Amino acid sequence: MSLELAANQGTAPIADQVDDSPLAIRGMTVSYGQKPVVFSVDMTVTQGAMTAIVGPNGAGKSTLLKAALGIVKPLSGQSMIYGQSLKSQRHRIAYVPQRASVDWDFPTRVIDVVLMGLYRELGLLRRIRPRHHDKAMACLDRVGMTDFAERQIGQLSGGQQQRVFLARALAQEADLYLLDEPFAGVDAATEKAIISVLKGLRDEGKTVVAVHHDLSTVNEYFDRVFMINTRKIAEGSVAEAFTAANLEKTYGGRLVTGQIDQLDLAAG
Amino acid sequence: MNGAEFVPLSLPPLLIGVFAAIACALPGNFLVLRKQALIGDAISHVVLPGIVVAFLITGSVSTWPMMIGAAGASIIAVVLIEAIRRLGRIEPGAAMGVAFTAMFAAGVLLLEQSDTSSVHLDVEHALYGNLESLIWLDALGWQSLWDPVALAGLPPELIRMSATLVAVSAFVWIFWRPLKISTFDEGFARTLGMRTNLLGLALVAVAAIAAVAAFDAVGSIIVIAMFICPPAAARLMTNRLEAQIMWSIVFATLSAVLGYLAAGFGPQMLGFSNAVSAAGMIATVSGLILALTAVFGPCRKRLGAPAV
Repeated sequence: MSLELAANQGTAPIADQVDDSPLAIRGMTVSYGQKPVVFSVDMTVTQGAMTAIVGPNGAGKSTLLKAALGIVKPLSGQSMIYGQSLKSQRHRIAYVPQRASVDWDFPTRVIDVVLMGLYRELGLLRRIRPRHHDKAMACLDRVGMTDFAERQIGQLSGGQQQRVFLARALAQEADLYLLDEPFAGVDAATEKAIISVLKGLRDEGKTVVAVHHDLSTVNEYFDRVFMINTRKIAEGSVAEAFTAANLEKTYGGRLVTGQIDQLDLAAG
Repeated sequence: MNGAEFVPLSLPPLLIGVFAAIACALPGNFLVLRKQALIGDAISHVVLPGIVVAFLITGSVSTWPMMIGAAGASIIAVVLIEAIRRLGRIEPGAAMGVAFTAMFAAGVLLLEQSDTSSVHLDVEHALYGNLESLIWLDALGWQSLWDPVALAGLPPELIRMSATLVAVSAFVWIFWRPLKISTFDEGFARTLGMRTNLLGLALVAVAAIAAVAAFDAVGSIIVIAMFICPPAAARLMTNRLEAQIMWSIVFATLSAVLGYLAAGFGPQMLGFSNAVSAAGMIATVSGLILALTAVFGPCRKRLGAPAV
């Protein structure tokens, strides 16, 4: 703990960052039963950057996101969106859950899933008009899935399902995109398509945060990294924070030195 | 059969059967997709002692005492489950199993021990319903449908079931999008600001209201078939939720009409002199429909792509 505090003192005071940060998490602690999954975590997401959340399995990566979004109830802690309460800023957030978290046998078509992203606009009873439909199709186009609009979602491959989820997030026209393992179990073409869409969002000035598993692509895909193993290990630009020492701290003995060497890390 | 016979004797039970089947099938669609179909079963078990106690106190089988009794029983069930879970330190599923069966047994026991001869409330009624007795004695024929005096004598169960169907349909129509989105992807629904827990609770409450109202028509046990069979069969006919709802209404109606007719006339055609229980037959027909769609339905293959 004391080391982290010392590290934090080197950066700008937290209070200043919270005001404009798309997502600022403070003192987040979540537990599913006796043992905390996330313990007293602070996170300050940088505006206009792509941030990877990395850590071993069960380290609380997804849980941290879910707690920040109010999907799971934390024991303590809070999250601020653009310096304000989550409740007042929900319209600026798009969340892409883990693909495996839903039942893809659900009786619905691709286009219907994307239209779910327009719920804020449509509300309870407003009719779906051609312009809503066009907007949904434009989002499908950005992920290369227009040909599949009428398909039942169960007929898609894993990568196609992930693209549909991304299209739904695009339809929300958010400022902050939070993705839970967007590259898990997808084909290489989909991974390329998704990363190009995400980079496009960043270039438009949007903020992207993704739970990420593949350490070998952190350098290539992301600007910043947040390392967690129940507690926060490190946070900063990939060059600063994605170091062998921090990986060792995050993964413990689970990464052998040989693997770390292959990662082409900044000198740490 | 002419109007003078059909309208007073068969029309009200038919309508009550159809309305009950649809009122249960509508929320049943979501319960089945949420893999909570057996909630209907649980509800029907739990509410029985509540209905019996309400009867013992008021001496009649009318709407509000029954609803209040059922609601009271549900609250006791929730407290009981929580108490068993904490004191016994066992998982919630086991606690529910103990609470539901115990409360249902208590309901049957209460029924057997109390004098309910003045009304149609006995164990058989509680289990299989009482559809055939819901007749409209004031009706003389089709013309009675326009006769205010005769209409005043409609069985109260028909009014109750119609009102329930209207309420259930309104709930599904108004909350269509939240129900659909939160059933498919609860996490996403929450990030939209939907109170998914509250919505899930409301869905169960609506199902409970439908179950209690359908109590007269199909009994507290057979109601479970109405929650599951039409929606499950409908799911096998289509890959769109909107179409699934329509199919479930069609199947619910078919089950109620064919079941009622088969119960009344089937045995006679086979040379027996008695009719069989209409509710039982309705459940049987809905089960047959499910079996047929399971074999011939166009969308019965699991399409879900295997995890890569």
